[in-house]
Amino acid sequence: MSARDAILARLRAAAPGVAANAAPALGARIDTHYAARRGPAAPDPLVLAQTMQAALAASHADVWCASADAWPAQLAARLADAGVRRLLLDPARAESAALARVLPDAVAPVPFDRPIDAWKAELFDTIDAGFTVARSGIATTGTVVLAPDAGTPRTVSLVPPLHIALVHANTLHADLHAAVHAERWHAGMPTNVVLVSGPSKTSDIQQTLAYGAHGPRRLWVVIVTGPAAEPAATACQELPR
Amino acid sequence: MSDQPLQFVTPGDFKARARAALDDPALRQSFRGAMDFLQGKRTSQFPDDTELQQLRDLGEAVRRHALAQLPALLEQLEAKLSAAGVQVHWAETAADANAIVLGIAQANHARRVIKGKSMASEEIELNHYLADHGVDCIESDMGEFIVQLAGEKPSHIVMPAIHKTRGDIAELFERHIPGTRYTEDVDELIQTGRRALRRAFAEADIGLSGVNFAAADTGTLWLVENEGNGRLSTTVPDTHVAIMGIEKVVEKLEHIVPLSSLLTRSATGQAITTYFNLISGPRRDGERDGPRELHLVLLDNGRTQAYADEQLRATLQCIRCGACMNHCPVYTRIGGHAYGTTYPGPIGKIISPHLLGLDATADLPTASTLCGACGEVCPVRIPIPQLLVRLRTEANRKPDEPVAHPLRGQGANYNRAEDLVWRFWSGAFAHPRAYRAFRWTATRLRALTPAKQMGWTQHRTPLEPAPRSLSDLLRARGQPE
Repeated sequence: MSARDAILARLRAAAPGVAANAAPALGARIDTHYAARRGPAAPDPLVLAQTMQAALAASHADVWCASADAWPAQLAARLADAGVRRLLLDPARAESAALARVLPDAVAPVPFDRPIDAWKAELFDTIDAGFTVARSGIATTGTVVLAPDAGTPRTVSLVPPLHIALVHANTLHADLHAAVHAERWHAGMPTNVVLVSGPSKTSDIQQTLAYGAHGPRRLWVVIVTGPAAEPAATACQELPR
Repeated sequence: MSDQPLQFVTPGDFKARARAALDDPALRQSFRGAMDFLQGKRTSQFPDDTELQQLRDLGEAVRRHALAQLPALLEQLEAKLSAAGVQVHWAETAADANAIVLGIAQANHARRVIKGKSMASEEIELNHYLADHGVDCIESDMGEFIVQLAGEKPSHIVMPAIHKTRGDIAELFERHIPGTRYTEDVDELIQTGRRALRRAFAEADIGLSGVNFAAADTGTLWLVENEGNGRLSTTVPDTHVAIMGIEKVVEKLEHIVPLSSLLTRSATGQAITTYFNLISGPRRDGERDGPRELHLVLLDNGRTQAYADEQLRATLQCIRCGACMNHCPVYTRIGGHAYGTTYPGPIGKIISPHLLGLDATADLPTASTLCGACGEVCPVRIPIPQLLVRLRTEANRKPDEPVAHPLRGQGANYNRAEDLVWRFWSGAFAHPRAYRAFRWTATRLRALTPAKQMGWTQHRTPLEPAPRSLSDLLRARGQPE
């Protein structure tokens, strides 16, 4: 008998069996719990943006709101100030292209156009920052949801010491439960989804919190609020001048 | 990597090690401080007790629901993952699991393994096994890295180096990492660790990780961490091997939502950890990073024994948050190493007998005051005190007594004399005439009571019958017996 068959046989000999309708009932209990915590009103996008900002700031991320018109220039200037020279981005994405157009000469956009094996050392040693566009955000915990793909692979948000995530305010969910349902995660998952809620950190030395353990030391999150400067931008703080 | 031999201890020396730990004021201060800190962190995450209790109900329901259909869920998970290109392996024992991982390493001509945190790999002592076969394992979780440098084992399942002071770590780094000066600055120490391991991620042939949860419906492995070493280990090397106890699968991805919240809040007092890494397959065509090969090793190693018994099955509800040890008065005083098992503290006391046998762990279920704190904080409501009592019963049962689900090592604490005393006692108390005869004799022959009464008199004065029984005293007062 194979190990697989032996293990399954032992479990089957003891398995009590389960009512076929138990799963929907369990799902409904979970839904009810989270719905009650969120309250009956549909979440106000401005409140979500504020909540998101507060939670991320508490997790030691730099986070600011900006209008769709203003963010590229603001971010470009900030990258230059931070001394970023090589910025990983996907030129095929509209947001990344908008950023690339306004980057000063000092900041070179670098596409992830080869398999990682072809430039691992270069990726680890020479890239200062990685730029990603989040699939969505989770306000309560201050989380950006990333679904890496061919243009923005997994390591963009992982290997460079600075990770910049752009999240559109209209993609914010109240909590993880709402995100999982609204985005129908059960219908199929990509090879990798990553939820990022701050810069890399550890408390492994005498419970003392330290940042930049193995992943990015710094996380910047730009919450893009609308086409132009709406009242929204005042609800959530803009980049300090 | 370390020039010190690994210290292999066994749970058999528990009492001696517990005594030594109690006599070590530095260790006790270390654990007291750490436990107070972690208890405070957890409390701050649950300001609303109603929400906490509701969430614990959900967590328990999700885990029990999954266990009730465990064989079917494992098959579903296997089918889903296989369809996505993951190679699924089954291991009945620690030795089988080690051989499977070594086989994967040899097939890939791998010499270097970088490890994310995995208690399952600690449980099977994988590092040691692979090192014996010429494959280097480097632990990349900061706590695990520190413990590996010191040639020790983790003393806590979530905070492996919780027993080390910053001074200890400064010395370790100065001694083992070239070009490092002594400093007790934690930021600097962490940056030293980061630099030391950076190259290892890029150069490793295999990345090895544990799994916090697995969803059968989508075929997803859910990994929880703060440092990013888990993501690097599962992303950068060409091959990723994940090791998972068979109990960790749940039916649906959405069922993990309450579990993940309970885990991070109970373990480290965080609303969420920095990274939730959801892996549903190896690198696909056109993708530019991620492992080309992904293996999942499903580990039994005694879990099916716990599963066979309806009461003991609750042991497998565990999500490895460590809250039970953080709140345990025994763990706080003796630390994690005294137990001599991979999983210390209350959860270790109820899981280890299945992994190692009751004969090897006979002292562990008795190392409890049964105060109930572990059961009260458990996010999935494992009745740990009741399970401890049950394991005591099994350890004291006659070794050859036939039972429905005998545990390995049944009767490890069985003592014929003690058994006879209890039989006599229960016989006397169940039959009024026998009881009266016993009472009459005991009160009159009290002078003959032995001064040494087995374990009782080690720390207590001998038990001696009173000169007159309660019944006699009551009768003397004219009250009915």
